Amino acid sequence: MSLAHGRPSIPDRQPVGFAFSDENRAKAEAAIAKYPEGRRQSAVMPLLDLAQRQEGWVSVAAMDVIADILEVPAIRVYEVATFYTMFNLEPVGEFLVQICTTTPCMLRDSDAIVDACRSHLGIDFGETTTDGKFTLKEVECLGACVNAPMVQINDDYYEDLDAAKAVGVLETLARGETPVAGPQNGRRSSEPVSGARTLRGGD
Amino acid sequence: MGGTVKVSIDGVEIEVDKRLTLLQACELAGAEVPRFCFHDRLSIAGNCRMCLVEVERAPKPVASCAQPLMDGMVVRTRGPVAGKAQKGAMEFLLINHPLDCPICDQGGECDLQDQAMGYGKGVSRFEEQKRSVQEKDFGPLVKTFMTRCIHCTRCVRFMEEVAGVPVLGATGRGEDTEITTYIESGIASELSGNIVDLCPVGALTSKPYAFVARPWELSKTESIDVMDAVGSNIRVDARGREVLRVLPRLHEDVNEEWISDKTRFAIDGLTRRRLDRPYVRRDGRLREASWKGALDVVAGRLAGRDGARIAAIAGDQVDCETMYAMKTLLEALDSPNMDCRQDGMAVDPSARASYLFNSTIAGIEDADACLLIGCNPRREAALVNARLRKRWLRGGFKVAGIGPDPDPTLPVANLGAGPESLRRLAAGEGEFAPVLAAAERPLIVVGAGALARPDGAAVLGAARALAENCGAVAGGWNGFSILHTSASRVGGLDLGFAPRAGGRDTAGILDAAGTGDIDTVFLLAADEIDTGGMGGAFVVYIGHHGETGARGADAILPGAAYTEKDATYVNMEGRPQRAARAVFPPGEAREDWRILRALSDAVGATLPFDSLGALRDRMIADTPHLGAIDEIVPAEWAAFGVDGAMDDAPFVSPVPDFYRTCAISRASATMARCAEAFPTPPASGAGD
Amino acid sequence: MLQDKDRVFTNLYGFESPDLDAARARGDWDGTKNLLAKGPDWIVEEIKKSELRGRGGAGFPSGLKWSFMPRERPEGQPAYLVVNADESEPGTCKDRDIMRHDPHKLVEGCLLAGHAMRATAAYVYIRGEFHKEAVALQKAIDEAYDAGLVGGDACGSGYDFDIFLHRGAGAYICGEETALLESLEGKKGLPRLKPPFPAQAGLYGCPSTVTNVETVAVSPTILRRGADWFASLGRPRNTGTKLFCVSGHVNEPCNVEEEMGIPLRELIDRHAGGVRGGWDNLLAVIPGGSSVPCIPKPACDELPLDFDSLVEVKSGLGTAAVIVMDKSTDIVRAIWRLSKFYKHESCGQCTPCREGTGWMMRVLGRMIEGRASHDEIDLLEEVTTQVEGHTICALGDAAAWPIQGLIRHFRPELERRIDECRRSSAMAAE
Repeated sequence: MSLAHGRPSIPDRQPVGFAFSDENRAKAEAAIAKYPEGRRQSAVMPLLDLAQRQEGWVSVAAMDVIADILEVPAIRVYEVATFYTMFNLEPVGEFLVQICTTTPCMLRDSDAIVDACRSHLGIDFGETTTDGKFTLKEVECLGACVNAPMVQINDDYYEDLDAAKAVGVLETLARGETPVAGPQNGRRSSEPVSGARTLRGGD
Repeated sequence: MGGTVKVSIDGVEIEVDKRLTLLQACELAGAEVPRFCFHDRLSIAGNCRMCLVEVERAPKPVASCAQPLMDGMVVRTRGPVAGKAQKGAMEFLLINHPLDCPICDQGGECDLQDQAMGYGKGVSRFEEQKRSVQEKDFGPLVKTFMTRCIHCTRCVRFMEEVAGVPVLGATGRGEDTEITTYIESGIASELSGNIVDLCPVGALTSKPYAFVARPWELSKTESIDVMDAVGSNIRVDARGREVLRVLPRLHEDVNEEWISDKTRFAIDGLTRRRLDRPYVRRDGRLREASWKGALDVVAGRLAGRDGARIAAIAGDQVDCETMYAMKTLLEALDSPNMDCRQDGMAVDPSARASYLFNSTIAGIEDADACLLIGCNPRREAALVNARLRKRWLRGGFKVAGIGPDPDPTLPVANLGAGPESLRRLAAGEGEFAPVLAAAERPLIVVGAGALARPDGAAVLGAARALAENCGAVAGGWNGFSILHTSASRVGGLDLGFAPRAGGRDTAGILDAAGTGDIDTVFLLAADEIDTGGMGGAFVVYIGHHGETGARGADAILPGAAYTEKDATYVNMEGRPQRAARAVFPPGEAREDWRILRALSDAVGATLPFDSLGALRDRMIADTPHLGAIDEIVPAEWAAFGVDGAMDDAPFVSPVPDFYRTCAISRASATMARCAEAFPTPPASGAGD
Repeated sequence: MLQDKDRVFTNLYGFESPDLDAARARGDWDGTKNLLAKGPDWIVEEIKKSELRGRGGAGFPSGLKWSFMPRERPEGQPAYLVVNADESEPGTCKDRDIMRHDPHKLVEGCLLAGHAMRATAAYVYIRGEFHKEAVALQKAIDEAYDAGLVGGDACGSGYDFDIFLHRGAGAYICGEETALLESLEGKKGLPRLKPPFPAQAGLYGCPSTVTNVETVAVSPTILRRGADWFASLGRPRNTGTKLFCVSGHVNEPCNVEEEMGIPLRELIDRHAGGVRGGWDNLLAVIPGGSSVPCIPKPACDELPLDFDSLVEVKSGLGTAAVIVMDKSTDIVRAIWRLSKFYKHESCGQCTPCREGTGWMMRVLGRMIEGRASHDEIDLLEEVTTQVEGHTICALGDAAAWPIQGLIRHFRPELERRIDECRRSSAMAAE
């Protein structure tokens, strides 16, 4: 099977079939139930997300299964899967490292994060390390601008980074440990780093 | 009324129906507004932004294609605001367009090219690298050059909305948006060629026509299609002696502005396997002959022969004039044996209502429920199917079917496979019976799959009774409609090209030929019958393709195909339409009526007309409504069919392979490629 | 400075638990039943009186918007409140804090705003990347269901109201309200043609209103403390408190809730530790998220941050995301990076945006190094005006405005780079 789509075609790596696990099938039904009768199509993104969580990426076979479940033409699922950036249409590493480089992060030197991750992992954007652990991706604003620069790795945000801290996060992951997500400079969340000037209680 | 609004467009005050869009109102006011994505038979996309106009008090220019009218609107379609918007959109459309008009098949008939003349800048200010887009494989018919695509999505909308085969989409986003099937596969639809017409640029072009000709080299002839019984209005474009392409012509009540892929693309079959000179069988072999020699042989065979031993069968694409000439000759020879129903469809030639699509094709849109009996409109009459889908999209239209049920383009509840299901429905059983009973204008479509079988007359009778009982024929509405596949059928029946008193029908003729009771048979381009059982009968084949009918013939008199003659065809609705000659028949082939006229001379029973005009005068004198071109004379209701036993065998569609249904389409290499690329799914005669 | 007692989002930083008990201790869900009992019209009137304007960027008067929903509907037809939690405007990260730290404000707001609109259910459309926030918000919704606060007979009011969370999957355009509805229906996020407007035919063709998280989440406090309290903050037409996000070249980037109209300099100095290198090291700010034009330092000195003040300086409050740029900033690259963002996020549906965003990005990209001509500055500006106002949605405008701001305020810098590039290539050629 070959893909007509403009993104890199991956004929050899498309699996012939896909099936939701029992657990995910139940989750899929729960997702569909959020929408009114006759509006199953609304669940296309939740189901693509489930498929991706199960397989690590979204194959054509998975999209076809989802189209069947939702009773929509397959092309409508392909359209959605190719429109939204969070769907991986080819396999990615165990850790998908997404570096935000949009202006608020850029102003806080996301270039340094990009350089550090590239040289530490030895890969460029869109590539996966040979051990299959890390895939590097450049992304647009992830909505954590007062904690810039930041990266998202799988579901977690790592914020208030510098080059060394970014490499530290990657090293921790490589060791099989889970770094603490959130700000890496000691603050709780979005308060000023030297301490909140408001909402300190008492006044 | 009260349904109008007053608007001012470029200073012209007009009062128009308020349901129109602003774009339509602009047209009525005589203002030309450029557009690419808008198409009045598709949903509104509003994406090309070419039709932006200035509306007073609106903060920014509005897309007129999508703008509802409001009373008192003051609109400027030109001027600085609209002009800037339109010119801007044009520039944006062109920056990534390859501007390769000299090597583009759309050249000369390209909306982008035309409008760029009016709204373009003449020079490009775009200094960046142009986008290039990977080609797609849409199958044997539609060639892609996606770099030219302007993303108007007309093709996507057509496939989803009209064709009902939603395989095209726009994947990706932003400037990486691509029109694609995503999975590389052709477009398995009988209507796919229409996206070539709809594409306003050269992104989708005709694959068989690729690099064949420029539009200004072509002679253009308005004509009628014969690939099915719809009677699609077409334009035949030819250069020299060759038909190079067929395009649809607008006819709101017939094909709107669509045609089927067979209508459009089977034309390469017109130049292959053609009979281009007379042949006569001598010593067991067909040998070339002169016209005089061949006519003398046939005349010799007829001379003095008992008319009862002579017969004629007309094929599925024979024009009225040919059948009229044949019938007149047979009458002169005192032969009652003739039929225009190769398949033996058990309609009643004496009751016109028994064989017309009485509701009319446009009338489908007035129906409020539909039962399909023994037919698969998608394969048998793709544009009837499109009309059914159009009606279904409007809502409040339940459709059920008895018989074959392969991948319809609208939901069809399958009630069963054959007569038993028809009986049960008639008895009021099942979920569809109340739907039919409650419908005010039910439509009962009966196909050859139900009628071209030994118990066809009984099925016809049962269908008639059902129609009468459910109110399908009442109060000015006649929803009893026969779905034909043959372009000649209704015309032949109207002419009475059917067994005369004491005469034999198709099956009878073939049987009698086998037993020797009939010994001379004319086949008018009849290629869908089994000629193997005709024994020693002398067969005269008058037609255009050297196929099944000609193979066993004793004399071949080469005739003209539908693009090679001026002729009358009557579509399934009973609508007479005139086809026109676009090219001359090949070699020594001649228009069929002239062959019969010459033969009659040789026999010494000269037909009483020596021109097409004289023939038509007599034909119309005999059958007046054939002179009422493009008019439908409604048929009177009658008691037809028989109340008899029906077999339990399932109904089977007469069209197992959409792409190859006649000698022309079977000779077409393009159709062969389609049949290979899009194998027809097996008809599932879903059980009761 | 706004006092903590007048702050709505008292757990903005997550120092306390987001749970229901803690939320109740902060005053949420207090007397909600009574507020519901006062009826939809009362709620709409209070919101109108408070002069609350939408916090999603456009600043449309909220009470008026809510009143567009039909008072009567055909039997059985649902109506929807759709909460826009697709926070994606570069610079903006305020709704995130509401959802992860103070989610009950949003859940209670859904119920009250939904009631005001006579809606039958709410869908909260949260950007897909906000996974943790979605988990936190879902937990709050579940708590509210378990406590009988939402769902059937919400708060014992007799009003049935469901709240569903829907996660996006990576598309800025879904922050546009009709693209969001398309996405919620399981399609690509392509903005719809208007009319019809969502209040006539929105989600699933039913009357719908799409409202930003912050707008919905402040409404319970307004209703509890009274429209007059909210309107007493700020100035007429620019009332209340507002969440500000201060990012970029400040010493301490942060989110903070402040009074509408707070001077830019006070916001930066008092809450964000000042501009890196001091106020005089300021080059420019983008005051309302990436879509609004930048303002050079001279105009920043005495600038109050509210809707109308920022329009006066040809910019906008937008989402109140203040992106600060000091003098070390490569301003051309900073704006080019926004152009790249819009090019990446254009849905591709309509021509000017699909083609124009890429064109603008490429021309501006060359201008970073000066590889352009002076004429091309005018060309670029003209292209922005060919996009602006000509697209189906406002993304085209949003892509055009930052560039217009750049050319308006920094044309000499663009020209300097072009001249320098020309000089150095001329030297190289010698």
